[in-house]
Amino acid sequence: MLEYRVEIALWAISGIIPFFMLNIWTNNNLNESINISDVSLSRYFLCAFFVRQFSVVWVVFSFEEDSLMGKVSPYLIQPLNPFFRYFAQHLAEQITRFPFALIIAFFFFIFNPESIWIPNLGILLLSIVSTFLSFLIQFLIQSIVACLCFWTEKASSIERLLFIPTLFLSGLLAPVVSFPAYVKSWIYLTPFPYLIDFPANLLSGNETNISGGLTMQILWIFLLFPLFKKIWTEGTKKYTAMGS
Amino acid sequence: MNIRKYLKVYKKFLHTSLASELEYKTNILVDLITAILSLVGSIFLLSIFFQNNGYIGGWKFEQAMIIQAIYTILNGITNTWFNPNLTEIVKHIREGTLDFVLLKPIDSQFFISLKKINPSGFLEIMLGFLLLFFCIRINQININLSFLTLSSITISCSICILYSLWFFISTTTIWFVKTWNAIEVLRSFLYIGRFPLNSFSFSLRIFFSVFIPIAFITTIPSEVFLGLSVLWKILLEVIVATVFLITSRKFWLFALKFYSSASS
Repeated sequence: MLEYRVEIALWAISGIIPFFMLNIWTNNNLNESINISDVSLSRYFLCAFFVRQFSVVWVVFSFEEDSLMGKVSPYLIQPLNPFFRYFAQHLAEQITRFPFALIIAFFFFIFNPESIWIPNLGILLLSIVSTFLSFLIQFLIQSIVACLCFWTEKASSIERLLFIPTLFLSGLLAPVVSFPAYVKSWIYLTPFPYLIDFPANLLSGNETNISGGLTMQILWIFLLFPLFKKIWTEGTKKYTAMGS
Repeated sequence: MNIRKYLKVYKKFLHTSLASELEYKTNILVDLITAILSLVGSIFLLSIFFQNNGYIGGWKFEQAMIIQAIYTILNGITNTWFNPNLTEIVKHIREGTLDFVLLKPIDSQFFISLKKINPSGFLEIMLGFLLLFFCIRINQININLSFLTLSSITISCSICILYSLWFFISTTTIWFVKTWNAIEVLRSFLYIGRFPLNSFSFSLRIFFSVFIPIAFITTIPSEVFLGLSVLWKILLEVIVATVFLITSRKFWLFALKFYSSASS
């Protein structure tokens, strides 16, 4: 992973959309209408950036390439689910990304010195846990989509479709608190706000229902995991390698 | 340069790439739903911004919708031509197939910029035009000849700038080999084009008009639609577009000098 330092730095930069959004929010004083102070909003978006950096998943693209190139066949012979391989890759890259994310945060604090804060240890640990859970949810969803490769070959377009609600509803571009009431009434039943909004609120020290959020995250993982298991066994039965 | 020859070659390009893309019919449908959802999502986001404010950066909601429409059209063009072709440069260089392109008796930039086409982008372009016509109605814009010429000039300049940006980034592959992520950075910057430039702080505004001219891409054409645009801005956009096109061409020829295939 360290071989591709520039790549990972660029990845980190490509995640700065939350800061542009923050700029729109504060520059137009939009936050006054939803009763969030400037400082807590900027903390929120910084945390959203961090959560996104450490929960981004691209397993479907790797798996699609491997399955189109026929690399999945040797993986299937090994006594280990190939998704563990991708899982390990993701974890390794997240660790490499950490210093770059810190540098971006450093620049952020230079421009917004008033928003510096130190979360207490318990909150920090809890938010790391919830970020990891958010990563797990996204990893499971994408693995399920990736398994569709066994049927359609081009599963990445389905992933791009699923990415749209993730982008707009997860709280990456606007905190879920600011959503209109007709969306708020159902959004907490979907997995989306637990991907970015909940961990970011937790880390930035905003008011949030900690136990409820964590429970929902774990619930979604318990729901998605059997689904992944099922689609994986179905898919491998369907899978035909070249020449068979 | 023989224009007729190039047109003939382009016809063949269209034929082959359409034939291969239409093999994945469900894919096109999924892409259409994606385009619709992403438009709905960004209008939703705009409506959040406007829920308690009448104006953002001096733009009303109906006016900001024009920016969305133009962004959707340009995004459709990106998905139809720029994205499928220019991401291919990365592949050409990694796998060494750029040699075959350079050997052909045809301009290499023409070949790699127009070889492929992704038909699902057409649907996005149509979606953008639908929204644009809707916006013209709700903003009560009078259509006359000078308006039509000015808007088509500015939109074609935007397309040129957008193309040059993509082409620039893809050309750097010759040195860096893997530029997938640079393209992602460009994408995330282009996302700014969905919002009026005036809604950003002063420093970001400078950045997005001087270093990466995203301001020119959507905001100026939308101003033309609203009749707010001043002549010097349009002239400036034309100049920026020409400069970008010429330098991206020069940059490509310059970069090719550094290209070496496996055995050279």
